[in-house]
Amino acid sequence: MPGNYMPSAAELFRFSPELLLTAAGTLLMIFEAITSPKQKRSLPVFAFLSLLAALALAVAASSDPGPAFNRMLQVDGFATFFRVLVMAIGAVTILISTNYLKQAEHEGGEFYSLVLFSVVGQCLMATANELIMIFIGIEVSSIATYVLAGYLRDDKRNNEAALKYFLLGSFATAFLLYGVAWIYGTTGTTNLSGVRGVLLDPQNAPNAILISVALGLVLVGLLFKVSAVPFQSWAPDVYQGAPAPVTAFMATGPKAAAFAAFLRITMWAFEPVKNHWIPVLWFTAIATMIVGNFAALRQSNVKRLLAYSSIAHAGYVLVALTAASKTGTEAAMFYMVSYAAMNLGAFAVIAHVARKGERRVEIDDFAGLGNRQPLTAAIFTVFLLSLIGVPLTGGFFAKFYVFKAALDSQLIALTIVGLLNSAVAAFYYLRLIVIMYMQPAPEGVDTLPEPSLGIRTALVACSLATVVLGVFPSLVLDIAGRGASFIR
Amino acid sequence: MQSHILSIVLFTPLAGLLVLLLIPGQNKFLIRLWANIAAALGFLVSVPMLLSFDRAKDGYQFVERADWIPSLGVQYLIGVDGISLLMVMLTTVMGFLAIFSSWTSIKDREKEYYAMFLLQQVGMVGVFISLDFLLFYTFWELVLVPMYFIIGIWGGPRKLYAAIKFFLYTLAGGVLMLLGILTLYFQYAQQFGRYTFEIAELMKLNMPLGLQQWVFWAFFLGFAIKVPMFPFHTWLPDAHTEAPTAGSVILAAVLLKMGTYGFIRFSLPLLPNASSDRTIVTILATLSLIGILYGAFVSLVQKDWKKLVAYSSVSHLGFCTLGIFALNQNGIAGSIIQQINHGISTGMLFLIVGVIYERRHTREIKEFGGLAHVMPNYAIVFAIAMLSSAGLPLLNGFVGEFTILQGAFEANKIWAAFAVLGIIFGAAYLLWLYQRTMLGEITNEKNRGLKDLNWREWAVFVPLIIWAVTIGVYPKPYFDILEKPVAQIVHRVHQSANMPLAAATVVPPIAAEARVR
Repeated sequence: MPGNYMPSAAELFRFSPELLLTAAGTLLMIFEAITSPKQKRSLPVFAFLSLLAALALAVAASSDPGPAFNRMLQVDGFATFFRVLVMAIGAVTILISTNYLKQAEHEGGEFYSLVLFSVVGQCLMATANELIMIFIGIEVSSIATYVLAGYLRDDKRNNEAALKYFLLGSFATAFLLYGVAWIYGTTGTTNLSGVRGVLLDPQNAPNAILISVALGLVLVGLLFKVSAVPFQSWAPDVYQGAPAPVTAFMATGPKAAAFAAFLRITMWAFEPVKNHWIPVLWFTAIATMIVGNFAALRQSNVKRLLAYSSIAHAGYVLVALTAASKTGTEAAMFYMVSYAAMNLGAFAVIAHVARKGERRVEIDDFAGLGNRQPLTAAIFTVFLLSLIGVPLTGGFFAKFYVFKAALDSQLIALTIVGLLNSAVAAFYYLRLIVIMYMQPAPEGVDTLPEPSLGIRTALVACSLATVVLGVFPSLVLDIAGRGASFIR
Repeated sequence: MQSHILSIVLFTPLAGLLVLLLIPGQNKFLIRLWANIAAALGFLVSVPMLLSFDRAKDGYQFVERADWIPSLGVQYLIGVDGISLLMVMLTTVMGFLAIFSSWTSIKDREKEYYAMFLLQQVGMVGVFISLDFLLFYTFWELVLVPMYFIIGIWGGPRKLYAAIKFFLYTLAGGVLMLLGILTLYFQYAQQFGRYTFEIAELMKLNMPLGLQQWVFWAFFLGFAIKVPMFPFHTWLPDAHTEAPTAGSVILAAVLLKMGTYGFIRFSLPLLPNASSDRTIVTILATLSLIGILYGAFVSLVQKDWKKLVAYSSVSHLGFCTLGIFALNQNGIAGSIIQQINHGISTGMLFLIVGVIYERRHTREIKEFGGLAHVMPNYAIVFAIAMLSSAGLPLLNGFVGEFTILQGAFEANKIWAAFAVLGIIFGAAYLLWLYQRTMLGEITNEKNRGLKDLNWREWAVFVPLIIWAVTIGVYPKPYFDILEKPVAQIVHRVHQSANMPLAAATVVPPIAAEARVR
């Protein structure tokens, strides 16, 4: 990169959402130090609004797509799709968090500023056209998330979750970085388009073994981030230990961004050697679905149950990736949207029921919710039905597109295993519905307060999104289709 | 110009449901009243459809078409022919009666209860009128959810087990069916270069027998679990026994018919070579016969009144599937009429169990005896329902069973012989049940003061009795309405069987213009 490089106005505009969020995050830190406790109430509002503003900027920036910063970033339909998604996830996370933090007596601007920084990292992952940028994005997002996982520093489980996440996460990113070094060594570039160019060039094709090893190392890092088998074991512990709103965030935002990077690396840069990675993903997808679903059958802690469920869902997305086609990419993109809607919603309910100290996160704590708070229970049921994949919810079309893409690529065995898995999965989601509606609340259970305004807004937004995705999937699918055409 | 009559039939219960949700939960009377009004409206709007249906025409009528998911080629495409028309009428009538019969028996969470029933009406009507395969699948799975809640919340002591079993069985069958649907979808894209789920279009497919067989088995799992055919029937006795009365009525009268309807509407016309394949037909007929006899034998030894009726369903549905796979006009038409009959007679039998359960809170057969002395009207109604179920001439069951036997005889005499045995055993367990509960001396003092039918119960039974008698005495309108659509299916199956892998020709035209040939 030339030393006297100055980004053009267009490039800055393309990068403006990240700039805005970084500035807002920094300001939040300053506000935190100088505001009175009473004024601190407005900090989440500020964070929320800046996310919405950044979201608007990201949409605006998509009108002028193109590269930025010497082709380090690539603002295209694909990037915009994931950018908007992770920002929306961040905004919903803030809605879920405020009341939770108030109950935990840990309100503070730094929480929201960390959410914003993490979102910035995820945006970078979605936009990056360069392995180093992906690495930086992952680090920015992860480090903020590590801190968030241990945010309630007096809570033992929080600390354990943060430490586990940090150690294993660093290890995985190290693999990724080592893989990047190998890629640079074999192809002479870390730019994704550059790598693709080298792999496509029959004159100086790199050594197949070297490139496979390099890709393998990168895949280890990515599979860890999406919690796929055999790198899934951190997820249940971390999801269980972290504060519920943070779990909601971790299960959706970083995962969506990781899949964005995953798609760009596999479907764009390494698409010419797809025969090398398709078998790997095939096995991983099957193993991830099976491990996730069957382990979830035995859980009694709701957070842990949803952790395994989200492992299983990562497996379904991997099926779409294994399809290695434009339909597959579209399916994965659509899946991440409906997955985010239903999971954020489900974790919002958990955060609401768990309350202070999270003493109510066992399945039995949901007994009689259908009587105690019919509306909350009904909305939770919508999310659970969507997680099962019942038609007229987003979850159905998400799975439908994935399996359609898989069949289109002749992955018949994978499709059958996936379909049967989704029937198995119904069992543990149904257990929650059963508990809520068909078992009375135990005697002497303390009353559950009405959900806070933030939780209510989040629940309404997520359930609306889930139903709309289920009734009018074209709304999102068409955008995903246009986005997918940029990388494939 | 499209008429929107079918959409009105489909969405009236949904509109009723939305209004119901606005009624405050404490106002139980209003909730009950409105649910009944909504269900009655659901029935009333379906009557003009019946009256203006033109049975002389081929193909589907009242067709409505709109894009739903254009990028996938999914349409909101609905229409009815004679077969689906009868099914829709069955749904709207039984749905109303089931809701009406719940007036006093449900006292807990009534708003949710009636909401689930109305939602279920939408799903069931949708299943029978969808002409787009994905739309069909959507409704098919949608039906699962309300029935799951109806069993799970308002059911008996083992309701949790029964509800989950019901859901998982049918869901597992459903996802495999989806696999079959997708296979057809991609085959179509390969052969015609565009994507569609439209059933009439998918019928143009020309698939090798091997592939057809695979798809057939995928569909089979979905439909056979729903029917349920032996050996997939084990969810049914549990679901029936635990469900509240109205739930059992709907389950028996309409939900099970979704499976048989699936065979007739999808398996046969879409996969004619596989459906007429010797091995497949033999397997299906054998399973049907096992179902007939097994259901009858197991009914004989039941101690629980409701479970007996549940197992009798397995037996009766065996007749329906046997008729379908006789693959001739009599077999299939008889099967459809028998599906209606089973809806009426088994629906009545479940209601009869419900009446006594509401009074005594037990269903043990040995608790009862000599009820005819204290409840004479009840005994008469039960006698009619029982005889209709057993297939006495001049009642509806006879017409269906006889026609099916005729069809089975044409197809294979041995099938008919075994099926006749099933009828004999069927009469045996029903008569024996009647004898043990109704006749003789009053054996249990607790039964002495039981009240006979009240006006509301009469109001539920009378329309069903009238319906049963009219079918039994004058079944011609039903055969008339079924003649063309069934002939089309039979023709298609046999034509493709005789000319394997030739381009299929007979496709029921969908557009109104195309119908005038």
